Amino acid sequence: MTADLGNIALWIALVVAVYGAVAAIVGHRQGRPALLDSAYNGVLVHCALVTMALLSLEYALITSDFSIQYVVFNSSRNYPVWYKIAGLWGALEGSLLLWAWMQAVLAALVVLLYWRKHLAFLPYVIAVLMGISAFFVLVMLIPANPFTQHFPVPLEGRGLNPLLEDTSMLVHPLLLYSGYVGFTVPYAFAMAALITGRLSAEWLYITRRWAVTAWMFLTAGIIYGGWWSYHVLGWGGYWAWDPVENASFMPWLAGTAYIHSVMTQEKRGMLKVWNLALISLTFALVIFGTFLTRSGILTSVHAFTQGAVGYFFLALLAVILLSTVTLLTLRADQLKTEGTVDSVLSRESAFLFNNLLLITFCFTLFLGTIFPLLAEAVRGVKVSVGAPYFNYVAGPIALGLLFLMGVGPVIPWRGGSWGGLGRNLLGPGVVGLAAGATAFVLGIRGPSVVATYAVAVFVAAIAVQEYYRGIRARRKTAGEGPLRALGQLFARNRRRYGGLVVHLGVALLAIGIASSSTFQVQREQMLKKGEALEAGSYRVRFDGITGSRGPTHVKVQGIFTVFNDRHEAGQMTPALRFYPRQQEPIAEVDYWIGFWEDLYVILGSFDREGNWAVIKVMVNPMVSWIWMGGAIMVLGTLLALWPARFRSAAVRGERS
Amino acid sequence: MRSANRRVLIGGLIILAAVAYLVWTGTQEALIYFYTPSELQAEEIGRPGRRIRLGGLVVEGSLNYEPETLNYEFQLTDGTAMIPVQFKGIPPDLFKEGAGAIVEGQMVANGVFQADLIMAKHNEEYRAPAGTRPKSEELYRSLIKEQ
Repeated sequence: MTADLGNIALWIALVVAVYGAVAAIVGHRQGRPALLDSAYNGVLVHCALVTMALLSLEYALITSDFSIQYVVFNSSRNYPVWYKIAGLWGALEGSLLLWAWMQAVLAALVVLLYWRKHLAFLPYVIAVLMGISAFFVLVMLIPANPFTQHFPVPLEGRGLNPLLEDTSMLVHPLLLYSGYVGFTVPYAFAMAALITGRLSAEWLYITRRWAVTAWMFLTAGIIYGGWWSYHVLGWGGYWAWDPVENASFMPWLAGTAYIHSVMTQEKRGMLKVWNLALISLTFALVIFGTFLTRSGILTSVHAFTQGAVGYFFLALLAVILLSTVTLLTLRADQLKTEGTVDSVLSRESAFLFNNLLLITFCFTLFLGTIFPLLAEAVRGVKVSVGAPYFNYVAGPIALGLLFLMGVGPVIPWRGGSWGGLGRNLLGPGVVGLAAGATAFVLGIRGPSVVATYAVAVFVAAIAVQEYYRGIRARRKTAGEGPLRALGQLFARNRRRYGGLVVHLGVALLAIGIASSSTFQVQREQMLKKGEALEAGSYRVRFDGITGSRGPTHVKVQGIFTVFNDRHEAGQMTPALRFYPRQQEPIAEVDYWIGFWEDLYVILGSFDREGNWAVIKVMVNPMVSWIWMGGAIMVLGTLLALWPARFRSAAVRGERS
Repeated sequence: MRSANRRVLIGGLIILAAVAYLVWTGTQEALIYFYTPSELQAEEIGRPGRRIRLGGLVVEGSLNYEPETLNYEFQLTDGTAMIPVQFKGIPPDLFKEGAGAIVEGQMVANGVFQADLIMAKHNEEYRAPAGTRPKSEELYRSLIKEQ
C-alpha cells in the first residue's frame, strides 16, 4: 500500500517535472502567460508529490513496514524513532529520495520567491531545475527504487550499518545534501543567462545569497563529517583523504573559488566566462562525487552499492559539461571582458591567483582520486594514492591560499601602491613572524608547521587590524562607541566584515590541522589489571571491564583511571560494541576534549575475565581548534548573509 | 596595462609550474603500489625502503602473537608464494588466520615484510546466516564473565 502510494507519487512527479520544464520554455517562447503560470504551478505540484513519496517512505520506516525492502535493510523495530527517521538517508535509494525532495523544495522556493520577478530568467531556471528533478526521480524509478517490495515479509529488519547509529547521522548528511542541492540554483540561473544571452552581472546578484548559503551548508557538512569521523570511527583522525571525503571537498573548492571570483565580475566586469564555467564545474563536481561514491567504482571505507546508478550519473555529468561548453562557445562574442588587470598589486589579481590555486588544488585531488583507476586501466597495476600524496600536495597549496587570504582583503581594487600595501601588511606581518619565531624558540622545528603558524597568525592579525581600523574610523567620523561602531561595520559592509570573520575561522582551522597532524602522541599496549600506560602528561591505568546490554547491541567497557601529572583526573570507559548481526565489533572511543589537547582512548581487545586489555591512547593537540574554526566560519557566513532590511533599519535608527 | 597583464600571467604560470612539480614528485614518492606475494618474490620489486602494500590470505597456523609486546608474526600467501610478515600494534578485529588481509609497510632483510598497517578485508554486506544468529543474552555471556 505505502509502496504503491510512493511509486505512484514518483511516477506522477516525473511526468509533472517534464511537463513543467517543457511548458516553461514553450510558454515563454510563445508569450503565453497562462502556460507559464501552469509551469510554475507544476513546480509546486511536483514538490507536493515528492513530499508525498518522502512521507510514504518515512511512514514505512517509522511503522517498521518490512514489506518494503529499503525498510528491511535500513531499519529495525527496536530503534528509537529518530534512527528510524534517519534510515531515510542510511543508504542509496533513500538518500536519492531525500536529495530529490530537497531539489523539489528548492525549485518551489525559487518559484514562490520570484514568480513575477526575473521574468527573463525564470522560465529557463525552472526548466533546468525541473530537468534535474526529473533526473533524480527517474533514477529512483529505474535503477534505485526505494519502494521495491520484499517477499516474504520478515519479522525484523536488518538495521542500519552500526557505524551510522550516532546522533551525527541526523545532522551531517542533511547539511551536506543542503550544500550540494543549493548550488543547483546558481547553476540554473547561469544556464538561463547563457540561453537568454542576458550576460550582465544580473544573474550573479540574484544568486549571490543562494551560492553563499550553499557554500555555508557544504562547509558545515564537511567539518561536521570530520567531527563524526573523529568521535565515531575511532582511529583518532578527522580526515583521511578517502574518495568520499574528496568527493565533498572538490565541489567545496570550486564553490569557494566561485564565491570569490563573482566579486571580480561585479566590481570590474571581468571573468565572465570563468564564473559561468566555475558554477557549472561546481555542480558537475557534485554529480561527479555522487558518481564516484555511488557507482562502486572505487573501494572506500564507506559502503556503497554497485549498479546501473553510476551510468545515470555519468550521463548527467556528460550533459552538464557538454551543455556548458556548447553554450559558452555559442555566446563567446557576448562574453568579452570589460575590464583588465591594471596592476599586479590589485584585488582582482589577488582573486585571480586565489582562483588559480583553488582550482589547481581541486585538480590535484581529482587526479589523486582517479589515479588508481587510470593506473589499473592503462598499465594494469594496482596502486593506492593515500594520505601521503594528498598531504604532500595539499600542504603547500593550502599555505599559499592562506597567505592570499591575508593579503587579498587589504589590497584595493584596480591597484595600490607598494607603500600603501606596506602600511597594511607591516603590523600583521610582524605579528605573524613573531608567532613563527616564538614557535621556533619553543622548540618546534618542522618548517611547514612553523610556516603555517606564522601565516595563520598573519591572517588573523589582518582580520583584527581591519576591524580595529574600521571601528576607529567610525568612532572618529560618527562618534560611536566601540560596540556600536562594530555593529555599524557589519551593517554597512556585511560581506566584507562577515568574510573577514570566515577568514579568521580558517586561520584557527589551519592551526588546528597543522598542530594535530604534527604533534600527535600515540601509544598502544597490553595492560594487566592495575598497570598503567603513559602518554604525554597522562597516565592511564586499567581497572577492569564491565558489560551492558543496549537496545541493538552488547557493550563491553574498559574502565580506566586517568592521572594527569600524577593527579587523578577521572575515569574513562572506551568500549567495544558487539552487534548480533555483525561479524566484527565496533569501537566506541572515549575522549576528553580540551582547548590545547584531547585525550582519546580506544579499547582494542580484552580478556573475558577482565584480567587484561589492549588499549590505544592518543593525545591529539588542538583538534578543538578545527571545530571552533568551523563554527566561526559558519558564523561569519551567517553575518555576511544577514538580510539587508536590518541594515536599513539600523541606518534609520542612526539618523533619528 | 599590458605589463600588468603579463605579470599576472607570469605569476599564474609560476603557480601552475609549482603545482605541477608537486604533483609530479608526489606521484613519484607517495604512491603505494599493491602486490601479491608471488609478484613480490618474482620481480625483486620489494627493495627495502620502498613503501608498498601486500595482499593475501593469512596462512592457517602461521600466526604468532605475543600479547605482552603486541608483536605479530604471520605468513601471507596467494596460493603460490608465501611472505613472512611482522607487525607490532593492534590489528583490526577481522584479522585472523585464513582470512584475507592487506598489509602496508616495506621489505626488510631476509625477505621479511615489516608492516605498520594491517587492513583486514571485510565484506560490507556480511550478515550472519539466518538462524545461527546469537541471541543478545548468549552474545553477552560469551563476551564477559559476570563477577
